Amino acid sequence: MTDINENQAQREAIDIDRSRGDFKYEENYAFDAGVGLTPATVDYISKVKGEEEWIREFRHRSLKIFEDLPMPTHWATHDLDNIKFDKIRYYLSKGQTPSRTWEEVPDDVKATFERLGIPESERKFLAGVEAQFDSEAVYSRMKEELEKLGVLFCGPTEGLRDHPEIFRKWFGKVIPAGDNKFAALNSAVFSGGSFIYIPKGVKVAQPLQAYFRINAENFGQFERTLIIADEGSEVTYMEGCTAPKFTTATLHSAVVELVALKGAKIQYITVQNWSDNVFNLVTKRGVAEEDAEVRWIDCNIGSRLTMKYPGVVLRGKRARGEVLSIALANNGQHQDTGAKMVHAADDTTSNIIAKSISVGKGRSTYRGLVHIPKTLKNCRNNTECDALLINEHSRTDTYPAISVRGQKNSVQHEASVSKVSAEQIFYMMQRGLSEGEAMSLAVNGFVNDLVKEFPMEYSVELKRLIELQMEGSVG
Amino acid sequence: MSDSLVIKNLTATIGERVILKDFCLTVPKGEVHAIMGPNGTGKSTLAKVLAGHPDYSVKAGSALLDGLEVLGLEPDVIARAGLFLAFQYPSEIPGVTIANFIRAAIVARQAKGTPFEAKAYYTTLYAQMDALKMDRKFTARFVNEGFSGGEKKRCEILQLMMLKPKYAVLDETDSGLDIDALRIVSEGVNAMRGPDAGFLVITHYQRLLEYIVPDRVHIMWDGRIVHSGGKELALELEAKGYEWVKTELALA
Repeated sequence: MTDINENQAQREAIDIDRSRGDFKYEENYAFDAGVGLTPATVDYISKVKGEEEWIREFRHRSLKIFEDLPMPTHWATHDLDNIKFDKIRYYLSKGQTPSRTWEEVPDDVKATFERLGIPESERKFLAGVEAQFDSEAVYSRMKEELEKLGVLFCGPTEGLRDHPEIFRKWFGKVIPAGDNKFAALNSAVFSGGSFIYIPKGVKVAQPLQAYFRINAENFGQFERTLIIADEGSEVTYMEGCTAPKFTTATLHSAVVELVALKGAKIQYITVQNWSDNVFNLVTKRGVAEEDAEVRWIDCNIGSRLTMKYPGVVLRGKRARGEVLSIALANNGQHQDTGAKMVHAADDTTSNIIAKSISVGKGRSTYRGLVHIPKTLKNCRNNTECDALLINEHSRTDTYPAISVRGQKNSVQHEASVSKVSAEQIFYMMQRGLSEGEAMSLAVNGFVNDLVKEFPMEYSVELKRLIELQMEGSVG
Repeated sequence: MSDSLVIKNLTATIGERVILKDFCLTVPKGEVHAIMGPNGTGKSTLAKVLAGHPDYSVKAGSALLDGLEVLGLEPDVIARAGLFLAFQYPSEIPGVTIANFIRAAIVARQAKGTPFEAKAYYTTLYAQMDALKMDRKFTARFVNEGFSGGEKKRCEILQLMMLKPKYAVLDETDSGLDIDALRIVSEGVNAMRGPDAGFLVITHYQRLLEYIVPDRVHIMWDGRIVHSGGKELALELEAKGYEWVKTELALA
């Protein structure tokens, strides 16, 4: 019977069709920081936003760190050297505050999100939506009952200006500007993103969603997200991303900080479908206090290069951290993804399940870090990395770094590499499936057990994205 | 002949080796034809070449499915045109349930945008599974993964019954089956016999043909049909053995 339910569920599912992401509208921006990155760029952004002095100083310090840190090509791909920081535009906005109704959103921007199916999804299953177009949110709305409960859902500018007592304490603390070169870059020029606060004991049943859209060429999007779940609260946040296919490179470099206070639960879901000119270099980390749980569900499809290793610092006793990730590297794409689990208290548990698919000349890399110091006891980690290769040109590498010390901690690590064989494809094609359909069925089978963990709307969307990628990969 | 599977002068190779040599055979719709022969005479190659397997190259000849030339077409196009191959060694597809697999195959045959009738699908699927004495829990298992030999063959026949092809090629479907399973599988095939379907049953042994009684029996030797007859030919072959083929028929 599960199959019937599943099928009906799929038919009723919301159609967020990101296959139609490859379109753009005319650019006409009221605010434009110009091309290239200097202290003047930082001042411009800070001024447009009307920021307090401490934020402007934070940006300048971060810019200095960014300039001082070397490109991490001693361990990462040299493709990073192809990012032309002096050719990128760092801030573009139409200069308006986020609208509360879709009617107020400018027509061309509204048309973009209509084509991506966002307003429709909001009506059907979301508790709140924020839609960001290039540097700034153009739409932001949350259900009234959540507002009454004291839930905050806004951008960083509003968050730091209107609720500094809540956000300033954690801003830049989970991921300091000096964490890595791209976190520093983001800290210097961040704009847009979601600042969320869930008060004590509030359990938000429906997900909050942010949608990030790059529309301009040679543009860098640097959104910044900070989610604080106060004691005993629960929230699910989902983000989606698209961009049109430009011939030149586009940069997306976000910082996402999660704070789950005592007994809180945060689930953060990403389904990205960047076009294959996007460098996607994102730092994501959560802190889980006593009895808290942070769970990252991360689906990376598309982009030229993605480097992303969501992490959880398990700071309180019995805290739990989880990363479930799927990466699909098609021709010309490199998915360099993984997870980090830092155990810093007794009785903490972490789970990492990473599945990667490499198609054609696609390349996937898994990097994992699990750290359990010997002073701790009863800590457990489980790591599973599975790679699927479709045709002999694709490549997969696994770099697990597990440092588990002490007698009273346990770790389990499994890795596998499998291939879709020509005989399997022939068998499926003999049943009438095209080569693309056969490959996507094999890929969906490979990720099946993981996708079951996802909220239904997203598992359906993921399945469709995989189908699109597979069909596009057949020559 | 627009209502037959007509194979004419088919020569096919794998690598340098010529396997099918000027092979000719016609299977009219509504008939069951059996191909018998010792191992290595090209029976399975014939099945795979008809289905468009990329490892084989066709050097000469034609294969018309109701008038449509299938040689040179992609395997999925041939399948959707109405040719079904029940594999001797079906592949495993990890993570894909039988229910989803057959559904995908049916959806692939529908015009784009046609809604899938899930309820009708499951009604039919369960009825066919009952006929094959398959447990309902089978639908949730992954295609051929961890199946016994008998379960794999039943699963092939289930797909055959669900997809209702114009022509079905059964490649050594009897191998690996005990008598009970053989009877169940044969009943499934027999239930599909009728004016709209043609069958080509490839087998090494006469045993299967006691259950699926053929209209014609062909003996294959060294890449071609060397002798054809009625259903009694299978018995004659069983009695005289393949040595008889070698000494009398092949050399004739």
